Amino acid sequence: MGTLVVDAVISGILTGGVYALMAAGLTLIFGVMDIINVAQGILVVLGAYLSYTLSVHLGVDLFLGLVVTVPAMFVVGVFIQWAFIRRLGERERTAMSILATYAVAIIIEGVLGLVFGVDYVQLNAWYVNQSIHLFSFYLPYIYVFGFVLAVCLLAALYVMLYRTRFGRSVRASLQDRSAARLVGIDVDRVAAVTFGIGVAVTAAGGMVFGATNSFNPNTGYDLISRLLTIVILGGLGSIGGALGAAVVMLVIEDVVAVVWSPIWAPFVFFAMLVVVLSVRPSGLFGQVAGRAQ
Amino acid sequence: MKRGNAMRKGVAVKTMSGEDKTRRAGRVATRRRWRTISGLAAVLPAAALVIAVQGASAEASGNGVPSKGPIVIGASLSLSGDFSADGQAFDRGYQLWEAYQNAHGGLLGHKVALDVISDASDPGQVATNYQTLITVKHVNLIFGPFSTLLTVPASKVTNRYGYAMIEGAGGGPSAFATGLRSLFDVSAPVANSLVPFAQWIASLPKSERPKTAAYPTSNDPFTEPQLPVAERILQKAGVKTVYFKVFPAEVTDYTPIADAVAASKAQIVLLGSVDVPTVSAFIHAFAQQHYDPQAFIATAGPDQGSAFVSAVGAGNTDGMMVPNAWYGGSSNQLSKAMVAAYIKKYGGTPSDINADVAEAFSVGEVTTQAVEATHSLDGSKLISYLHGNVTVQSVQGPVHFDNVGENVSATIFVFQWVHGSFVQVLPLGDPGSTKIEFPKADWGS
Repeated sequence: MGTLVVDAVISGILTGGVYALMAAGLTLIFGVMDIINVAQGILVVLGAYLSYTLSVHLGVDLFLGLVVTVPAMFVVGVFIQWAFIRRLGERERTAMSILATYAVAIIIEGVLGLVFGVDYVQLNAWYVNQSIHLFSFYLPYIYVFGFVLAVCLLAALYVMLYRTRFGRSVRASLQDRSAARLVGIDVDRVAAVTFGIGVAVTAAGGMVFGATNSFNPNTGYDLISRLLTIVILGGLGSIGGALGAAVVMLVIEDVVAVVWSPIWAPFVFFAMLVVVLSVRPSGLFGQVAGRAQ
Repeated sequence: MKRGNAMRKGVAVKTMSGEDKTRRAGRVATRRRWRTISGLAAVLPAAALVIAVQGASAEASGNGVPSKGPIVIGASLSLSGDFSADGQAFDRGYQLWEAYQNAHGGLLGHKVALDVISDASDPGQVATNYQTLITVKHVNLIFGPFSTLLTVPASKVTNRYGYAMIEGAGGGPSAFATGLRSLFDVSAPVANSLVPFAQWIASLPKSERPKTAAYPTSNDPFTEPQLPVAERILQKAGVKTVYFKVFPAEVTDYTPIADAVAASKAQIVLLGSVDVPTVSAFIHAFAQQHYDPQAFIATAGPDQGSAFVSAVGAGNTDGMMVPNAWYGGSSNQLSKAMVAAYIKKYGGTPSDINADVAEAFSVGEVTTQAVEATHSLDGSKLISYLHGNVTVQSVQGPVHFDNVGENVSATIFVFQWVHGSFVQVLPLGDPGSTKIEFPKADWGS
């Protein structure tokens, strides 16, 4: 049993990295723009399908393919922001964003259904089935690579937010849009680029998700509830919080699944979520005064 | 009394200002309107019912057959949501039957026309959809939805309106536990689906017989009843249960469950799965853990043709088994005709055809035979006929219903992926069965 628990903890940490990668864009977009992007799940699936197309039709390696899919998803993100989000009024922005992004999700789902059909597919490469034998554990390459990719991308996002001029603009927009405008920040441009970055990161999350799960155009609905849970637990707008919360969620669920029963795993996690939010309504890593507007 | 009231009103009127008079008059008018609305509310449903019945009788004769136009058949299918892959395969099966039937003279001299609504795999929506099909669209006949989960709420609605619900994918015990006489499942009852596999394992010589088994299963009304039946047979044969756990339908991470099965070192695995992603997750996790059971059977997933292969990878299909009543290579003449029609319409090979297509097509075939035998679309006549100790034919073989609508004539086969082909392997000795691959090939072979 001891070995199984350690295995479950390792599995939870590695899989948590994958979920953090998928949730990072969601928390970033909410943090900066007050947009609850319920299309995040389908955008993950779109990222997975882009990788699938490159892999199956052009034989491009999944990780190498990110060189194409990440910029492509950035363009998709900027377009969504320009076409659907930009026009939302300031007052009802958050509530209306749910409707607008839901519409985006339905459109993308419909297009994916037309192009790829509803049969499940999964990304395949040599590292999807192979694993590293370390001590008495088999660590799947895809999860290890996915975790490393998640840490690197989340670190890059962190550096961008806290060590660059653009990041300062983003954080200024996050704290007070009107004040940011007054000091000369082009808030609309910051919003568009941030939305693009948030969606671009999702390309990486989608690739790793697609290599570890079968998916079809409807898979996004299962994902969005989990991703929203992660960003709420981690603290809205917190990149590190997304990683921490994803790891906490997966470790708890995986350990409960092994020690007790898989059927109780989500219950235990959500019970813990309620307790955490009662004590810290802003989430594990959220800043209470961070959103002054 | 009246006078007194009038006097009190008179006093009141005397003290009223013009504005008060207007308000009072408004209140009176409002009260009248409410009375009118209340009256209408009471009368309208009755009127609607009369109009509906008159409308229906204007269109249809006593046996429910429309005087002109097509016979409309309503169905709710999971065209999106969790069951979308199966739902769309079912839709292809229904559409294929519609085209086939119309090409062969239709039904009672009328063309048939399907009216399919998507339920997004939601048990609440499926009930609404059948309510709409019956009370708003006045469809002539009803075909069932996909899955036991959706058939249970749907069958309660259709039973209320006296429709016969003939369906092909609601064979879980909970569907028949409702005791509705209007429900008919043309496919094999699922509770005994794993019995041929368990009996085969039990029949192996002791030296070859696996000694341990693992039973992970999704908490779905289709999967859960199947495993205890197989477990009893295997335990009786000395096969020890080393893992038996139920997991929720939507799992965030299958890895720890699959890893626990791998750690149990069970020699055979019986997986209660409803779809391809679940099977795929277990296969990949087993491969990553270098765990190769001697036999691996899943309740659903490997029967989904090319969808299964594309999800798990061609190298991981070898040796995978699944129980079912039909496969593309079936020697049944009706099945051969359907396979030819399918390939003509959609392309591909017999192995690519999802078993859902055959289940859906069978629904149409059974309906056709019942309607033609009774010369009626009337629900009560169809129900009486199908409960009347008759045997009808379908692409899945003979169909004979017991008193709760289970097809007791269905034969359950076990199919296996062998070197890229999907073949029948059980029951042993059946003319259609080929040599079973045991132990199964290693992953990635």
